[in-house]
Amino acid sequence: MLNLVISGLATGSIYALVAVGFTLLWQTSQTINFAQGEFVMLPAFVVLAAMHAGLPFPMAILVGLVACVFVLGILFQRVLVAPMLKHGVLPLAVATMALSILMRESVKEFYSAEAQPFPSLLPDATVDVLGIAVSLQSVGVLVASVIAVTALQVFINRTSIGAQMQATAQNPTVARILGVPVERMILITFVINAVLVVLASLLVTPIYLAKFSSGEILGMAAFIAAIVGGFNQVRGAIAGGLLLGVVDNFAAAYLSAQYRTAVPLFILIAVILFRPQGLFGRSEERAV
Amino acid sequence: MKFPRSGIRIAAVAGALLLAVAATSSHAQGTIKLINVNELSGAGATVGTNFKNGADLAVADINAKGGILGQKVEISHYDTQSNAGTARAQVQKALDENPYAILGPNFSGLVKATAPLVKNAGIAQVMGGEAGELTQMGMPSLFRTSFGQQSSMPKIAKYIADDVKAKSVAVIWVNNDFGKGGRDAIVKDFGARGVKVVADISTESGQADFSADVQKIKQAKPDAVFIYLNEEESARILREIKRQALNVPLLGETTLLSQKVIDLAGDAATGVKGHVGLTTDANIPLVQDFRKRFVAKYNYVPDHNGLKGYIAVYMIKAGTEKIGKVDRKGLSDALHGLSINAKAEPGVLMDVSIDKNGDIDRESFLGEVVNGKQVITKTLPKLNP
Amino acid sequence: MTPRARLIGIAAAACLVAILLFLPLGLNTYGLFILSMWAVMSIAAMGLNLTLGYAGQVSLAQGAFVGIGAYTAALLTINGYSLALAFAAAALLCFAVGWLLGYPALRVQHHYLAFVTLAFSTLAYLVFRNEEWLTKGIYGISGVPRPAALGIDLAKPLPFYYFCLAILAVVVVAVWWLVKSPWGRAFVAIRENPLRARSLGVNTSRYTLLAFAIGSGLGGIAGALYAPLVEFVDPSPFTLLLSLNLLMMVIVGGSGYFAGPLLGAIIAVLLPEWLRAIQSYYLILYALLVMAILMWSPTGILGIADAWLERRRSIARSRALAEKTPTLASGEDA
Repeated sequence: MLNLVISGLATGSIYALVAVGFTLLWQTSQTINFAQGEFVMLPAFVVLAAMHAGLPFPMAILVGLVACVFVLGILFQRVLVAPMLKHGVLPLAVATMALSILMRESVKEFYSAEAQPFPSLLPDATVDVLGIAVSLQSVGVLVASVIAVTALQVFINRTSIGAQMQATAQNPTVARILGVPVERMILITFVINAVLVVLASLLVTPIYLAKFSSGEILGMAAFIAAIVGGFNQVRGAIAGGLLLGVVDNFAAAYLSAQYRTAVPLFILIAVILFRPQGLFGRSEERAV
Repeated sequence: MKFPRSGIRIAAVAGALLLAVAATSSHAQGTIKLINVNELSGAGATVGTNFKNGADLAVADINAKGGILGQKVEISHYDTQSNAGTARAQVQKALDENPYAILGPNFSGLVKATAPLVKNAGIAQVMGGEAGELTQMGMPSLFRTSFGQQSSMPKIAKYIADDVKAKSVAVIWVNNDFGKGGRDAIVKDFGARGVKVVADISTESGQADFSADVQKIKQAKPDAVFIYLNEEESARILREIKRQALNVPLLGETTLLSQKVIDLAGDAATGVKGHVGLTTDANIPLVQDFRKRFVAKYNYVPDHNGLKGYIAVYMIKAGTEKIGKVDRKGLSDALHGLSINAKAEPGVLMDVSIDKNGDIDRESFLGEVVNGKQVITKTLPKLNP
Repeated sequence: MTPRARLIGIAAAACLVAILLFLPLGLNTYGLFILSMWAVMSIAAMGLNLTLGYAGQVSLAQGAFVGIGAYTAALLTINGYSLALAFAAAALLCFAVGWLLGYPALRVQHHYLAFVTLAFSTLAYLVFRNEEWLTKGIYGISGVPRPAALGIDLAKPLPFYYFCLAILAVVVVAVWWLVKSPWGRAFVAIRENPLRARSLGVNTSRYTLLAFAIGSGLGGIAGALYAPLVEFVDPSPFTLLLSLNLLMMVIVGGSGYFAGPLLGAIIAVLLPEWLRAIQSYYLILYALLVMAILMWSPTGILGIADAWLERRRSIARSRALAEKTPTLASGEDA
């Protein structure tokens, strides 16, 4: 029992980390990023490529971070999102689907179709938690996710940039009238998302391995986590992610392994029918 | 009323695209044209890419030594996108170009979807699918490059029953056409040998968390566990088994004992045993030489699908040399009942014989993981020596 | 619309029909297969366009409906039932499932249909894969026949292509009629301004639901055509990916334009084939092209054509106006 909960939480915290970025983009700029999973896949390959070029691991991480913040944060927002934003949600969502194909296929063609081992930040050992052997990597993922998300919450709730971001999310028109630099706030959100996916990539890849196709499953899990938790709340996405990880384990153990992926979807449907604002979300405060 | 207004545009774009599709390519005379229709994108991309690289290497080797019967070999690769509709389209496209033979696909479902087309064209199809039923469909054009699950699974079932002496077993498999096929075959064999399947666990491809699955195995208390997953998932479950301190013999077929799984799983792979069909880890000079050249060219260690692609081209070469001329309609007949000796044709890497159904027979191995390396403990003879 | 524009439009449509009718005579089997596949995807995309483009609802389950249709047709025809029955059963079943799925989702809140259909799509795939007694599971159903229809043997690629074209033509006419009918106008009214439509007495949920169910039914028809075309049905083509792909077709072609899906299906089905000349990079180039199209014109390809025609017309109109009103003062009717 406890074993299932703990390892479910570890997997769920990965979903949560990816889902948080997802909801941030939705909140500030109505971007449904279907390439979010690929966004997690790519940084690992940038780091691997940098190491291939002879850089030591810490330096390669730095290179990966800078490159990904630039490409997945700034370039993504400036080149793809900004021009398309005013034309509604769907064309942009479809463009990100195309982007996900582009990223997957490019990594496959220009790097490798094979899964690549990825160095871990943490040693490969187990620690004892309440009498259960838990791998240190899982604990690391959980701890790092909690720290990252807490830091993000503090940033959003306690700093003036955070307040301006919230204003942008709630009502960009009013925010603009009040003098909030809305465009810059949106850009900052995208940069934060890029940092989050790089972090997720570094945490997840030692466990999942670096593979061009690994984003598909992760992206979908994060998407579902975001909806279950409430599409418009950071804390909802965290709860949704953790819930998904735990429920998946329980479904496999006590219901049907063949239908394990269906259980979160039933939860999703139930949430929509009975609590459409999401388990931990609030109702949408403006028309979309 | 938007249809008529924009009609002119649609007609122009549509016309241009349709005409582009109509254009077909022609190929030079005096070459042997092979077309590999395989999974180069989608779920099977890794498998198909291995096969493609292996086949490319074989073609380069053959051409460097003067080709087949003095003719150069030319190979093209068409992508099935791991999808039956696309696979059918691509095989159709390949057949329209009158190739000498078709290679691939590797997914058994796609082989089933495309084999009737190739049969009607009357040429040979040398593929990588492992499902048992493929060679039972009455397709005289279809040839395997590895054991079908109907011949590999009895070997491992016998080993588990007789050598491991397990009375009960847990079977954990990946729910795709590779895993399901293997699972169905071995469960049948376990039944015949009186080994009880106490846990029958399906997993998803790409699954990350195996804690629930291992817990289920633990509760079933089997004498042995048979693991039939893809490489990454095999490594993950081995780590999980170690973490939950499950102490029973772990057995697998080819993949579980591959060097990649050992590298990914680390310590957790120690003690894993099983049957190994086609592997680049085999301590055979020809195989080792192939592996070295493959790594030099593509910068990674191929799995058994790389070997399949390489051997497929050489099977076609051996069949053609048996006829003594380039005869696309005669190739299938020539391959049926053909035994290829690795001394005479080093490209097949190991002696191989092809039976009348297109199944192949060759030596295989029992192995164990010791100190992070696969060690062959026993060589199993051919089924019909 | 001017009579001249109408004439051009009719001429263009006639050209397209002529191309579709006569081009195949010079094509090989592969070309025929791809064109038939285009017809199948066009039908499915037209169904989605009805839901998305006309009623303004995002469905991520169109691929699942194609799957349901394909399995229905495969199971019926393999057991000796006629193709006509298979089509009717596929369409009705998908219509019914669509209705049952949309009913609760649309009652709650409008844009949640997207999420419910997303879940449904994955569930449908799991059922196709796991319920072996019905669907033969992951192994798929092989040997799906191409039965004769109206006494015409469809086994050969050319007759089957014309059969696909005929079904497509029927669907085009039916959808055209539907869009022009009071129902169709109600769909558009809901999309453009749901509040106003409601205040004018349009039962918005009912019409939206109807649009979704009819669109799903068309997905079923596409599936019923897919099964005999490929002659093999397995779960792998009917993942969420197909639904997303169909959504891409509608958006790229031009959502809400009658001919948008036909064009979108050309981009999705024929363009990759055309790009295969550049070998393994074709999907990369394809993805870049789709992104480029959407960035250039977020309303799809027909949006570009529309804007272009609109601009030309407004230039012509102002020129005509300028000729009619030579004095500077009389600009009040501009």
